Amino acid sequence: MAKIMLNRRKFLTAASLGASGIALTGCDVFDSQLRIGAPLRSFLENANDLTLHAQRLLAGRDALAQEFTEADIRQPMRPNGVTAPDDEFYKGLMAKDFADWRLEVSGLVEKPLSLTREQIFAMPSRTQITRHDCVEGWSCIAKWTGAPLALVLDQAVVKPEARYVVFHCLDTIDRSLSGEIKYYGSIDLVDARHPQTILAYGLNGKPLPVENGAPLRVRVERQLGYKMPKYIHKIELVSSFSSIGGGRGGYWEDYGYDWYGGI
Amino acid sequence: MSATLRSTEITEMEPLEKGPLVYRQSAWTRLTHWLWAISLLFLLLSGLQIFNARPQLYIGLESGFTYDNTILRIGAVDSPEGPRGFTEIFGKRFDTTGIFGWSGPPGQERQRAFPSWLTVPSYYDLGTGRVIHFFFAWLLSITLLVWLVASLLNGHFRRDLAPGASDLRKLPRDFADHLRLRFHHTRDYNVLQKFAYAGVLFILLPLMILTGLTMSPSMNSVLPFLPDLFGGRQTARTIHFAVMLLLVAFFFVHMAMILAAGPFNELRSIITGWYRTDPPGPTAPNAERGS
Repeated sequence: MAKIMLNRRKFLTAASLGASGIALTGCDVFDSQLRIGAPLRSFLENANDLTLHAQRLLAGRDALAQEFTEADIRQPMRPNGVTAPDDEFYKGLMAKDFADWRLEVSGLVEKPLSLTREQIFAMPSRTQITRHDCVEGWSCIAKWTGAPLALVLDQAVVKPEARYVVFHCLDTIDRSLSGEIKYYGSIDLVDARHPQTILAYGLNGKPLPVENGAPLRVRVERQLGYKMPKYIHKIELVSSFSSIGGGRGGYWEDYGYDWYGGI
Repeated sequence: MSATLRSTEITEMEPLEKGPLVYRQSAWTRLTHWLWAISLLFLLLSGLQIFNARPQLYIGLESGFTYDNTILRIGAVDSPEGPRGFTEIFGKRFDTTGIFGWSGPPGQERQRAFPSWLTVPSYYDLGTGRVIHFFFAWLLSITLLVWLVASLLNGHFRRDLAPGASDLRKLPRDFADHLRLRFHHTRDYNVLQKFAYAGVLFILLPLMILTGLTMSPSMNSVLPFLPDLFGGRQTARTIHFAVMLLLVAFFFVHMAMILAAGPFNELRSIITGWYRTDPPGPTAPNAERGS
């Protein structure tokens, strides 16, 4: 018994020393295990699927994000990310007030579309005062006006095998060896068809400013800001995003952000 | 102080005066305790990583950019002696260079709210911080739920945690005993222990989970009353941070109490379940409830 106790005492001492060692040497001990592709990292990422399924189960397809009143709009919408695209093509479009801009809808659709601004303005619109939540932690309330994405998808007739909507943007967010990387991102068809998911062209009662994504940006009100690309010019329906960017579904996702941004 | 020494000696050094070993912590308690300990450690380190992305706390529905609703901000400013880190609480600014705002190994200091030894990963990486945070948030929540059901069913809550009328009577004396670091080693938790554990398990952790869920835009669509209850998403974020500070405070008190009450015996009971009690005698409290 005494022997066992001694061993146990040694074990306890060693265990507590080991635990405090983690705390004292800082938190770089896990760094190499947390890079994209590392087994531990991939295991931890499963929690995002759990979150997606749990929140879908609770929220269903149509539960609406909170909407606010005019009195809650206390400041201009905070611009974030790229706020002045330096791309020649974009600047050319902007110089002509986006008259030559088109929204292409392609991929797994029966009827690929090429819509002008006027065609999008002519669609039934939705206006909503919602809170924009950035992944960094800040929030900002603003009034958005746009055409429901569901109407555009219906017009293009989505094929049954399509699962995701990929947004291709005009702004260069990054440069790599293979050239400029334009912002891209994706949502699934549940969020794409959500009643508050709109292709916004109006902000706080005025045309959408360049810094907030003119001529068109998407609002996905049950997710965080990085899931709502600005400067959209192409919508592609796909069955998987393995061929899009790094294969994780979006620009930030390829840098390690979770694909599902509902939390 | 001498009382503490004496009780430690009795517990650990004088075999003749040892009280009986009792089975104090069930396997459920021990398992859940360690799952929470690990989860809370990583939730803290990843939470501070996430905070570093926006080292500022606000009160209200949103973050004021053209008006001021900030109550805490950590940052760095240039000064004649080089960059300085600062922490600003309710408009009062404190120089916290080296820890908050501006820190790093000599020559490699940089602007970051919490220093790299308090975040995981050690470098700035919001996306990975979130991956870790939500994994352990799930682990903590599931463990808490299982524990709640189990401790209601097996009587742990009623028997060991819920303070009763006799506990309230003993409160003044228990308080005085703690101040004098005079600890009684019995199977039952003392009154302050009951309050501390019940406070963490029934108030702080649920509050942490609820304010966390309030920050989720998707959960807002399911439970729109939550942001209203907490006074807006940004206030919920501030409460989430404040409760973190309370949990850290609990941790330090918890460690201090374990060291003061005899770390070997306390650690043994939360690892093996067995706890050396004080020898039976006229002064032993709770003698009527010997197990």
